[in-house]
Amino acid sequence: MDNYPVLIVVAPLLAALFSGLAVWIEERLSYPIALTGLAISVFSAFNVLLQVITSGPIQYRMAGWAPPMGIEYRIDLLNAMVLLLVSSIGFLNLVASYKSVKQEIYDRAPSFYIVYLLFMTGLLGVTATGDLFNLYVLIEITSLTSYAMVALGDRDRGPLASLNYVFIGVIGASFYLLGVGYLYMQTGSLNMADVAHILQSHQESSIVLTAFILCIIGLWIKMAFFPMHVWLPNAYSYSPVAFARVVAPLMTKVMVYVMIRLMITVFGLDYIFKSPFLADAVVWLASIAIIFGAVMALAQKNLKKMLAYIIVCEIGYMVGGAWMGNQLGMTGAILHILNDALMTFAMFLAVGNIVYKLKDVELFNLTGLFGKMPWTMAGFVLAAFSIIGVPPTCGFFSKWYLILGAFEKGAYHFAAALVISSLICAVLFFRVFEICFFPPISEDSGHKKSHSPVVMAEAPVSMLIVSGLVSLSLIVVGLYSGTIVNTIIIPFLK
Amino acid sequence: MKFLGVIIVCLTGGLLLYGTTDFPDWGDPSSPASTHLSDYYIEKTIEDTKVPNIVTSVLADYRGFDTMFETAVIFTAGLACFILLRDFRGKKERFYRHKPTGVVLHVKDGKKTLTVGKEFEHMDKDWVPSDLIIKTVCRILIPFIQIYAMYVVAHGDFSPGGGFQGGVIFGSSLILLAISYDLKTLVNRIKEKVLGIFAALGVLIFVGIAAICMPMGGNFLDYTALAPLVWDPHHVRALGMLGVEIGVGFAVMAVMAIIYINIVSEGRHDEGL
Amino acid sequence: MTDLLPLIVAKYNYWLYVILMMIGLYAMIAKNNLIKKVVGMNIFQTAIILFYVSIGYKKDATLPIIQNAHGGQDAHAAVIHAIDYINPLPHVLMLTAIVVSVATFGVAMALAVRIYQRYQTLEEDELRMRLSEK
Repeated sequence: MDNYPVLIVVAPLLAALFSGLAVWIEERLSYPIALTGLAISVFSAFNVLLQVITSGPIQYRMAGWAPPMGIEYRIDLLNAMVLLLVSSIGFLNLVASYKSVKQEIYDRAPSFYIVYLLFMTGLLGVTATGDLFNLYVLIEITSLTSYAMVALGDRDRGPLASLNYVFIGVIGASFYLLGVGYLYMQTGSLNMADVAHILQSHQESSIVLTAFILCIIGLWIKMAFFPMHVWLPNAYSYSPVAFARVVAPLMTKVMVYVMIRLMITVFGLDYIFKSPFLADAVVWLASIAIIFGAVMALAQKNLKKMLAYIIVCEIGYMVGGAWMGNQLGMTGAILHILNDALMTFAMFLAVGNIVYKLKDVELFNLTGLFGKMPWTMAGFVLAAFSIIGVPPTCGFFSKWYLILGAFEKGAYHFAAALVISSLICAVLFFRVFEICFFPPISEDSGHKKSHSPVVMAEAPVSMLIVSGLVSLSLIVVGLYSGTIVNTIIIPFLK
Repeated sequence: MKFLGVIIVCLTGGLLLYGTTDFPDWGDPSSPASTHLSDYYIEKTIEDTKVPNIVTSVLADYRGFDTMFETAVIFTAGLACFILLRDFRGKKERFYRHKPTGVVLHVKDGKKTLTVGKEFEHMDKDWVPSDLIIKTVCRILIPFIQIYAMYVVAHGDFSPGGGFQGGVIFGSSLILLAISYDLKTLVNRIKEKVLGIFAALGVLIFVGIAAICMPMGGNFLDYTALAPLVWDPHHVRALGMLGVEIGVGFAVMAVMAIIYINIVSEGRHDEGL
Repeated sequence: MTDLLPLIVAKYNYWLYVILMMIGLYAMIAKNNLIKKVVGMNIFQTAIILFYVSIGYKKDATLPIIQNAHGGQDAHAAVIHAIDYINPLPHVLMLTAIVVSVATFGVAMALAVRIYQRYQTLEEDELRMRLSEK
């Protein structure tokens, strides 16, 4: 069947609409419908990836119109990889979410699944599309759904965090839209490949430069790159766990993907790295972002907020790698999209299990968790090792490429920032391990300081299985990262 | 914060003005934007789609995929307002009016209710007697507004109009009903369930028409694949667009009403503007 | 200065959109009241619509509906000149952008209602005070 590319995106949308109808008849129907929709999406994404690896990029014309007139999906190796990543994380998270949604937002569970599906539709569409304006519409779908979700989480602070997110999100998306308008002004086209083709004869135009700056700043705001990151920690830590688990690994990573797509496909690397000053400035900014994110994470007392700042730090890795201007850096950035999504997902799955049992994740409340939830903590430790960058896990390999890229360019400050942030992460996570390892000291027994008996109280099996699967995948992806680089990333960059 | 604001505004404004220096003059017919794609659309729309309104043909056919997600955006907005605000808890206190005498009863116990019928009617806290002139004028106007809305949807292929515009006009007629009478009248007239179903159904009509094209042998949204299904295969694209626009109209109408009702009544669907 | 004036006259629409947009952006950053911020957001988005619609304008051209083509039969007789009709594409794009801005506006309003229900105020400094108390 040739319609797989569009099915990836439309299956969740159709499922959202069907559950929108079904909830009025029977509320319990919405969960199985959502599962089916995302399962179809994963299946199609898998097929598309196989097809792209064997027979090269796929072009799919919406409504049958030839590219610059109509909208087209152009799926190459990078797209296909990110599509499979996004759809599988969405599916796995949905499997794990059933219990936690029931617990956290019991009164709105059916609506939650509809919003969740629309969010996935948006992310998948952003990844698949080959049209600049279509990208904007889909970014708006993801943003609107995340605004609603953030406000649903923490009943007190959620709405305010969400409204601030709305303001910043609108500025980001509008900057992107303006950039597209400037590009349209210069080229008269909206199709990425067509725009890129026309732009080659307008390298000097001030319109193109403005368009480039506007698009990139808009995306930086959306991905929470360092000076524009203020919305992220609040928004992610106040949203319901079932949503935080998917928005934290995916939203920023997909935006990084869009940035790389614009850099490579639309503007072209030659245009961007024509003046070395710009790229140098961005790499410096990325180094600052890395250090800032790591230090802020160290200062947090809440596990969710701490992880949110680690995301800010990871964004620095990817932006810096992409702007390194050499193949090693770009390889590291793309590999890190995959790895970071997986390890953040594994981390948030573990945190989700803890929240399910403990209700809040202030660090001092986590005492004795290793005894209470051994399986969850095993996943947590693996994810933490991966974020720190301990060798067999996947986090190590992308950092390795990034450091090699930095050395090739001579950006030693970036390499130093990378190493320092890894050390800070190590300190950070070992502090958490320490708190979790020792059982709580019971107050009433006073001077004897006897440890209260630890009772196993694990999260539900569905959550544990997903958590275990994803944590193991960290090692598997790590071991096979050479294969991934050789079959997907290197051919793409050629 | 003010100082920061001024700095950001100056920087952004400067950047945007710098970008305008290379712009072609305003209204220049030979600017790149007005020659590349736009010429194709203007010259080929009749040949390709048989629809003289180029905006409609681009909206629902050439770039129909955008419009589908745009409808999904509308649906998302309605859904977001619903889940953010909808409050299913019962009201703590109620007001009733004894119709023959006009005496207002204030029932503070949330569990006690009076049967509403000939004798008593529900009443809002800030109740003001509704104005006879406004009520009458609106009662006469609303049906015509609604007919006009349907005309705008149906005639979108040939004249300015289309699903969004028609849907908004229809939605505004519902809002006018709520303003001129009261919110309860609207909520009693159109149940929440109906609005919810309309919102999902409208988008589903669009996506459904687009998706049916795939098993019929075309690409997604390729209306020509639907030719065996319609009575006039020559105009199949125009008919496909009409179907899609009707779906959009449903969704927009329902979502306008959902957003309005939820915001003015803070999600309780009882009283408000 | 003599160079600047014709530049502005030839492109005054684009200058106007920048000014309008900056008013909106300033309101979004600097205002204290959340509703004023939401209104600023709306001005900001409307400015973009003005920009796009300005791109689409052509001198001496009419609105993008092919004349004398009801039903599509007669159209083959008359030749269509692209220069007679303004550019339809920006209008289509802006229809989408209007919808998006309405949707965002609705969600922002709903959030403001939620905040007001919880804190009985929409002034940002008061909200910040209330949050730090807890």
